[in-house]
Amino acid sequence: MAKVKIPDNKVQELKDICKSFNNDPGELINVLHQAQQLFGYLPAEVQEIVADEMNVSVAHVYGVVTFYSFFSMLPKGKHPISICMGTACYVRGAEKVLDEFKRRLDVKVGETTPDGKFSLSCLRCVGACGLAPVVTIGERVYGRVSPDDVKKILDEY
Amino acid sequence: MAKYKNHILVCGGTGCRASQSEAIAANLQKAVDENNLGNDVQVVKTGCFGFCEKGPVIKMVPDNTFYVHVAPEDAEELVLEHLVKGRKVERLLYIDPETKAPVSDSRHMDFYKKQLRIALRNCGFIDPENIDEYIARDGYSALGTVLEKMSPEEAIKVVKDSGLRGRGGGGFPTGLKWELTYKSESDQKYVVCNADEGDPGAFMDRSILEGDPHSVLEAMAICGYCIGADTGLIYIRAEYPLAIKRLKIAIDQAREYGLLGKDIFGSGFDFDVSIRYGAGAFVCGEETALIHSMEGMRGEPTVKPPFPAQSGYKGKPTNVNNVETFANIPAIFLKGAEWFNKIGTEKSAGTKVFALAGKVNNVGLIEVPMGTTLREVIFDIGGGIKGGKKFKAVQTGGPSGGCLTENHLDLPIDYDTLLASGSMMGSGGMIVMDEDDCMVSVAKFYLDFTVEESCGKCTPCRVGNKRLYELLDKITLGKAEEGDLTLLRNLANVIKDTALCGLGQTSPNPVLSTMDNFPEEYEAHVKDGKCPAGQCRALMQYVIDQNLCVGCTLCSRVCPVDAISGEKKMPHFIDSSVCIKCGACMEKCKFGAISVQ
Repeated sequence: MAKVKIPDNKVQELKDICKSFNNDPGELINVLHQAQQLFGYLPAEVQEIVADEMNVSVAHVYGVVTFYSFFSMLPKGKHPISICMGTACYVRGAEKVLDEFKRRLDVKVGETTPDGKFSLSCLRCVGACGLAPVVTIGERVYGRVSPDDVKKILDEY
Repeated sequence: MAKYKNHILVCGGTGCRASQSEAIAANLQKAVDENNLGNDVQVVKTGCFGFCEKGPVIKMVPDNTFYVHVAPEDAEELVLEHLVKGRKVERLLYIDPETKAPVSDSRHMDFYKKQLRIALRNCGFIDPENIDEYIARDGYSALGTVLEKMSPEEAIKVVKDSGLRGRGGGGFPTGLKWELTYKSESDQKYVVCNADEGDPGAFMDRSILEGDPHSVLEAMAICGYCIGADTGLIYIRAEYPLAIKRLKIAIDQAREYGLLGKDIFGSGFDFDVSIRYGAGAFVCGEETALIHSMEGMRGEPTVKPPFPAQSGYKGKPTNVNNVETFANIPAIFLKGAEWFNKIGTEKSAGTKVFALAGKVNNVGLIEVPMGTTLREVIFDIGGGIKGGKKFKAVQTGGPSGGCLTENHLDLPIDYDTLLASGSMMGSGGMIVMDEDDCMVSVAKFYLDFTVEESCGKCTPCRVGNKRLYELLDKITLGKAEEGDLTLLRNLANVIKDTALCGLGQTSPNPVLSTMDNFPEEYEAHVKDGKCPAGQCRALMQYVIDQNLCVGCTLCSRVCPVDAISGEKKMPHFIDSSVCIKCGACMEKCKFGAISVQ
């Protein structure tokens, strides 16, 4: 993976985040949540700084980051698309909707389009099962999506 | 709520918000102000009403008129007609699917008639961001009574006598759990609320936290008093931003009112609550895994004993209960253990909240007494199967549960009957499936989930589930051989017997229950190379009916792989060796000449 250079001011912000949790290793997950908010994702360089600050091994931080699906080591697109793959959405055809997004964007799940505009991921149940199948793009929620709607939705961005 | 003559309750749950309920509330407020009704009418954004299928939903109080599928544009008409002129807006009323007549009062709707709401008692009635509304409905008075009039032993006895069992899935008696933690000696103990609702298709915990966060805080404080803890922690999924926001507001308000913090009600009892975030790992619903996650580690489970009641968070005695379990507690103290114990069945007291979803007409959140039958839930409350299709199965208990069939419909639902029939209560997800759903694919869907969510610590779960998934994949691709079904069953049983934690021990349930209840479907895949539900793409064949085809050539033009050939105005053919079974031709055919075999 290409090296990422983190600007100095961001390094300081990251250190401040660690400090706000008293550099307590027990707060690692909370720290990572805020770090991901700051950078959009958690590249190796960020993990190294966090490990250093909190006095744990980089392997430990990496182990935690890769364990939880919420944390990502790859940058997300400007408009992150998530297809709900909860059971309710699945039985109402979420897989076909996903296939259509994959086809139109020509990316696999977990990837970002070359122009950085969209990234595609699956998630497990947003709890809006009444609207199944559900797709979220950023904060926006689209309900009762059919494969035919996909083009129209993408055109909005 | 006394000050206003009328209230407009707008559902502010995640589902309705996704369909613009915020804008509806804003427009209603505007219309109220424009008509100078600001002193008489209050617009309240509440938690989930439960009837998600008909969302966005609003309710007029006091006359209980229930409006469905409301749009922001309807706000003005609703205010002018309903409030100013006193006429109901007929077109937005709920239509009873049987009688085809509008029903205005929610209490007369089939969806609500059979429900009994204890854990959801305040959801959809109060503004969850206003502690006064919770207090107005007897909020925090259970805590007051416990602190002033009861010893911890007496309070634990109430919970034990109520017969309440853990609503997160396991069904462990709550009072007993409290007693075990109470008896562990330590300088520090913890109360943990498990709000890591990872079961796909279940959203009751989220709805309770969004709709009635104070009931959980109150119950946690009661629990803290009983077991001797001064610290409460709520472990919640980061995917639930609205629930987190409302919880934070609730915690701040409770602190401000002195209902959390030092010396609550002057009793000398200190208790405070803070929030910990999950980060998307299903296994963290298991209590030992959850505790590790709260300690900043990978959420891997450990062998019990020691139980968290002896050694939990930071090695101290910890009592872990789920959100719905806690939400029942204040009601039990207000109305008494005996009242609660009389509801439900002998061994499963009280009610259970279910997230009813899938191919059912009324998707939503419901709460029914234990012992209600599946038929009542699916057909009376749920309104039957979507599109008039035939009921095939209902999946309960999520990835740890199983599929039940028509033969189980009259089974009274409680912990033990579900377990005995090869499924389980789980957290309360209930997914209804119709004749178009392939049971092998459903089992594969759940295994795919388990494989992804397995933490990898023990071999049976890490490797075994992967092999189970591969076998199921083989079956759906039509590549299974004789003997694979036996292998599938044997492997499933081995995983069940040898996995370390609840996730692995229950992960083969979807496979075993579908094999038991739908053996013919598995056999059709393996022996005849056919998928009876027409779901498994590899086993399907698209054919053109030579008598119906007029040779319009539309199908051959949309076919992405040129699998269709034929002369203009002559019947066409599909070359099945080229066909990728995308279904594009069938969608385009105007003559219904293309079918799947």
